[in-house]
Amino acid sequence: MKRRSFVTKSSLAGLSSVLGIDIVYGALMPSGYTPLAYQDVNPFTLFKKDEAMVVLNDRPWNMEAQAHLLNDPVTPNKYMFIRNNGLIPETIDEKTWTLTINGESVKAYKTYTLQDLKTKFKHYTYQLTLECGGNGRSEFDPPAKGNQWTIGAVSCANWTGIRLKDLLTDVGLKDDAVYIGYHAADQHLSKNPNKEPISRGVPIAKAMQDETLIAFAMNGEPIPKVHGFPLRLVCGGWPASTSGKWLTGISVRNKVHDGEKMGGSSYRVPCETVAPGETVTDDQMCIIESMPVKSLITYPKSGALLTEGKMLKINGHAWAGELQVAKMEYSIDFGSSWNTANLDTPTNRLAWQSFSARVSFPKKGYYEIWARATDENGTKQPMVLPGWNPKGYLNNACHRIAVKVV
Amino acid sequence: MMQEHKETERIIFKPVFKIIILILISFVVLGALAIMLYGPKETQVALEEGSPEAIENGIHLRTGLIDAPDLQAVITNCTTCHSSQLIIQNRMGEEQWNATIRWMQKTQGLWPLGDNQKVIVDYLVKNYPPLKKGRRPALTNIEWYNLDE
Repeated sequence: MKRRSFVTKSSLAGLSSVLGIDIVYGALMPSGYTPLAYQDVNPFTLFKKDEAMVVLNDRPWNMEAQAHLLNDPVTPNKYMFIRNNGLIPETIDEKTWTLTINGESVKAYKTYTLQDLKTKFKHYTYQLTLECGGNGRSEFDPPAKGNQWTIGAVSCANWTGIRLKDLLTDVGLKDDAVYIGYHAADQHLSKNPNKEPISRGVPIAKAMQDETLIAFAMNGEPIPKVHGFPLRLVCGGWPASTSGKWLTGISVRNKVHDGEKMGGSSYRVPCETVAPGETVTDDQMCIIESMPVKSLITYPKSGALLTEGKMLKINGHAWAGELQVAKMEYSIDFGSSWNTANLDTPTNRLAWQSFSARVSFPKKGYYEIWARATDENGTKQPMVLPGWNPKGYLNNACHRIAVKVV
Repeated sequence: MMQEHKETERIIFKPVFKIIILILISFVVLGALAIMLYGPKETQVALEEGSPEAIENGIHLRTGLIDAPDLQAVITNCTTCHSSQLIIQNRMGEEQWNATIRWMQKTQGLWPLGDNQKVIVDYLVKNYPPLKKGRRPALTNIEWYNLDE
């Protein structure tokens, strides 16, 4: 027998008389918008993601990995986190796609077809670490609003494309160029065509680095749609929001780019440290540039039960934004003592570095393995949360996994 | 004399009280009838188990939001533009929820909520209050498994 449940459902009209709701719902609901429940979308098949990925938000789509999914030296698409500020473009036509370079600091505006970009400039491939500025946000106290990323908003794939500096040199820049800002084909959540969901950028020095790419391939394949097909700006080591997807334009600015999510508390932290929960005015906020030193234990998965006397092999990755990781350590006694792990050199600048170690445990019991990376300047990951900031960015506290020796 | 007068008054006023009481009762009955007929349309809708609008274990299935008074106002005003997941993950106090609403109105095209702002914020503060996490919470929800190497 089929069980039935009964709920009290109010009609919209009845509801408005009870609650006094202004019925703006119908008027403001974008035409063609189907409520989520009826979209019948499986994001894992839609985006070709592993089912162990965790969906944080379905409008817009945001999805993160778990630590043990990130064990590959080069992150495959199925384990790559998804971060969207707006709606993925519905139709993308490679044949008519263009990239326009404009702004105050170009000598003349110039538009390129995809074919132009792929044929006129030399191709480069780099393995680049992309981490969401808000990765780790879920741990902040008081909490910060936004997607509550835990540890999985980081990836390190191979990106192939042309150097942004080659393109900008071809366009010709004026001497007063200080910043670039990207423009893209994604839609604002409100579907207002006059609003960009996000338009961020980087200082001209970062734009001119060898590894800053206008990419058209990821891991040797055309970039998956959700990750920016057909064209993506890739700025490794910086908040991944600087790596604009579905790229249609780049403005070369004679001032700090003032696009969407460049101001306020977006991707900015207090210029001077503040106490947790303190109110910070916009003029006291500074743009995040390089991401801080951080690491993840990607093997084993947290929760391993290990037979007494056996050694445990651990491995993972470490990265430090613009810098290289100089040292990797782990602790099985909550930081009372640290052991050095083997640390690989990066494939190229801005790629994460793999580490490994063989861990022994003195006796039975519950253990946590904590991992701590040190960057080339000697800066270490903190064991507790780093400085609180209103939007919960830059949490690079040590990652840890639980192990029981039985 | 005086006593006699009082008696007559009693005789005269008794039916008047009865009429007043009758009128009052009919007001209550008519009022109830009017509310039933013309008041908010509340209908019992039978939903198949697993229907997205059903409530199971105190959770509204379609949105995952906690079933509590004013849930519908939250669904109507908050999940048109963004996922309910954004609400569920974010635990905040009254001031922060209000600031978030102001931010959405300033930058994201959220309409004025009028009296509903308090209704919505009350629901959020009651059902999604901040949790004290401190500088580093303990590891929880560990799924233990045998590791044979």
